[in-house]
Amino acid sequence: MSIRTRLLVIVGLIALSVFYLIPRNVTVRERDPDTGVMRDNTLKRIPLKQGLDLQGGMHLALELDQSKQVSADPKRDIDLALTVLRKRIDEFGVVEPLVQKAGDDRIVVELAGIDDPARAKAIVQRSAFLEFKITDETRALEKALPSIDRTLRGLGIKAEGARAAQPSAVQELLGGDSAKAGATDSAAAKDSAAADTTAVVGGVLGGLIQPSSDLPGEYVVPETAFPRVDSLLSLPAVARQLPRGIVLRWSSAPTSVGVEPVRFLYALDERSIVSGRNLVDAQAQLDPLTNGPIVTFELDRAGGRKFGEETGRHVSDYMAILLDGRVQGRPPVIQSRISRNGQITLAGRTLQEAQDLALTLKAGALPIPLRIVEERQVGPTLGQDAIDSGIIAGIIGTLFVVAMMVLYYRTAGVLAVVALALYVLLTLGALAMLDATLTLPGLAGLVLSVGIAVDANVLIFERIREELAAGKTVPLAVDEGFRHAMSAIIDSNVTTVLTGLFLFQFGTGPVKGFAVTLILGIIASMITAIFVTRTLFILWLNRRPAMATLSI
Amino acid sequence: MRLFANANYDFLRRRRIAYLITLVLTVPGLLIVLFRGLNYSVEFTGGTLMQVQSQKPVDVGVVRNALTERGIEGAEIQSFGSNRELVIRARVAKEGTDADDTQATGSALQQALDAVLGAGNYTILRTEAVGPKVGGELREKALLAILLSFVAVLIYLAYRFEWRFGVAAVIATAHDILASIAFIGLVRLEVSLFVVAGLMTIIGYSLNDTIVIFDRIRENLHLRKREQFADILNRSINETLPRTVFTGTTALGSLLALAVLGGDVVRPFALLMLFGVIVGTFSSIFIAAPALLEIEKRWPGPAARGHMTPKSPAVPVRKPQPAGAGSGAGAPRAGGQRGR
Repeated sequence: MSIRTRLLVIVGLIALSVFYLIPRNVTVRERDPDTGVMRDNTLKRIPLKQGLDLQGGMHLALELDQSKQVSADPKRDIDLALTVLRKRIDEFGVVEPLVQKAGDDRIVVELAGIDDPARAKAIVQRSAFLEFKITDETRALEKALPSIDRTLRGLGIKAEGARAAQPSAVQELLGGDSAKAGATDSAAAKDSAAADTTAVVGGVLGGLIQPSSDLPGEYVVPETAFPRVDSLLSLPAVARQLPRGIVLRWSSAPTSVGVEPVRFLYALDERSIVSGRNLVDAQAQLDPLTNGPIVTFELDRAGGRKFGEETGRHVSDYMAILLDGRVQGRPPVIQSRISRNGQITLAGRTLQEAQDLALTLKAGALPIPLRIVEERQVGPTLGQDAIDSGIIAGIIGTLFVVAMMVLYYRTAGVLAVVALALYVLLTLGALAMLDATLTLPGLAGLVLSVGIAVDANVLIFERIREELAAGKTVPLAVDEGFRHAMSAIIDSNVTTVLTGLFLFQFGTGPVKGFAVTLILGIIASMITAIFVTRTLFILWLNRRPAMATLSI
Repeated sequence: MRLFANANYDFLRRRRIAYLITLVLTVPGLLIVLFRGLNYSVEFTGGTLMQVQSQKPVDVGVVRNALTERGIEGAEIQSFGSNRELVIRARVAKEGTDADDTQATGSALQQALDAVLGAGNYTILRTEAVGPKVGGELREKALLAILLSFVAVLIYLAYRFEWRFGVAAVIATAHDILASIAFIGLVRLEVSLFVVAGLMTIIGYSLNDTIVIFDRIRENLHLRKREQFADILNRSINETLPRTVFTGTTALGSLLALAVLGGDVVRPFALLMLFGVIVGTFSSIFIAAPALLEIEKRWPGPAARGHMTPKSPAVPVRKPQPAGAGSGAGAPRAGGQRGR
């Protein structure tokens, strides 16, 4: 290989690593700490993923709780639980949450940077609750709004004042308005309302809640105002003003209408037509006539009777499907009386959406108790401390290795240090490229690997020294040194990679991160020691062709 | 500067002393492990670990009483760094109890801390709660990973060298694992997943070290067909000694930095690895090479002389044996012993 090709390859490797390590814009969905609204945020950062042990966060492993309810089909139940968990966690508002299956019977949930682990656990373990409710046709909320606003004014709550009640994420998730969370919610809201005693102007809720034109009982609230409206609605004084027989429920996710994301608020008939207990099955399919996606569902005998009665009375009304107190998708219209077998047509949607809905229905039909079999939680300060001390240890360790190399091998040592710098760059670049997670053990592995990565160079240099001692000329000694050291370098590194692979296979999160840095580090160190140092040697020898002794 | 250049130590003759050192250092630790067991982390036993930082100094005794009141017996409570930071380890009482116990333990712990320190006056820095089932699985997996990596390495070495080398390397590595376990028992290091990772890294490092020497043995067997096997072993160890020492030193340097500066979570790993690098280096010289010699004595074969022997029996030795090397080594053996 010509020297030009060698240099090109090296420059290419550097460019590739730098490319993967350049701080770039990453879009993350996160909850604004001030307003509590979910929004997409663009951050500029080095695209190296940090493990939970470094950035702080919570790791949970969950299993079906067979002691509470024996599962007939554990495989299916785990899949259902997975779907439900994803929905809940999406609303939880952490950056890049992870919900995935581990093995056949376990679900792993990873939440970065959460501050209340108890809350997270409660949310994860709650079992899903499915209801069908008819949307309110009487415009009751619209009519009640003016008097509610009057009440709010009386309480001293102004339109755009200091943020009043901030519901915590858990309260929102519990369905901030729902009866279940009512007690805690109103208590929290009362506190904040009491604290907020500033002056009074304007119709607070009237300005924020707009009736939707398409669908009776549907109201549009700007996503930014969602937490505020939610907390105001759950004030006890407001709750008393709400029309009787009506409950208010939020849609599960914000929708983009025009430019601004909005959240739908539904006024629903208090009574559920049927609940998940009555549901037997649900399937997503394509309508053979229209080829559009539909969800068919089947109710049990009792549910079917009740459902038939209610839907018969409410033909051409809208029926909301609620999971955990949140309205799933926009309520479909009831076209005719439905008894045991119903069909929901999702005009203009994808089959995927239909499948999601079917899964939601099934999950709600079957409350799946989960138990936590493993929990790890690291506070963010501890993680930052770990990073700091890891970096300091890395710098000191590296300085030591650099000093050793330069003092012992002189010029050759300097070349090896250049190769070492490249080694660190390559390893980090490879980690970023593979989207691997850097954990605390991984960081330790990186520090350790700097000490071990020089081994290949040491092997080569010692061999060159031996060849020189045997009386060979400088170019020949260098050549033989590299050639003879090769088998030792390869054989010894392959075995380390083998152990690393087994470690990767059995390890969980942090230890997996260690295995990954170990394996990548070894590969990078072989490339730099064999290829990069060799190239540097060629350059060195080319500049001083008549060199009789080698600074090694 | 060259250290150990042209070193010529008779390592093999001193192998009995080395065996003795190993026994003296390893047996007490292994006995401790045998009788007292290893100090497994909650990851392996199942249980709850909580690291707590309080605003006020904490009296460990008071916390212990509060825990006992709430039915958590025998929890380990350590202050960590300062007397404001505590690590509490409550293991699952009985094997096979339900995982819900783990959760119950967690909330009981928190109640106790609320009572002693006052709710809101402390922060939980870290929690690990592992059900006994998961812990059991992890133990199995860790053991399996170590065994499987052994087998894989044996196969690789058998392929690249020959089975004798593979067996000798595995013997040396097994020695390192035993010694490391003895070390863990002796200093009562907590066996966490991270420490198991350290154990496996020791396997990797020790093998690495052994293979560098074996590689040289393989080479010298080809070059010096007249030389006694023991002499070749000694020569190979001596020739690679500068590298062995230098790489060992850089590795120890990095690990020392980790152990001193790397923080509390990393420290057990770094300490174990420090020991592992030393014992791995020791075993490559004093266990792996002698093991190869013993194997060769018991099962002599053409391979001991390199697989080239039968092909080119009459080729003259390339280099004359340098003066001073290899004299007075190991057991004298008849040249025909490996004849076939």
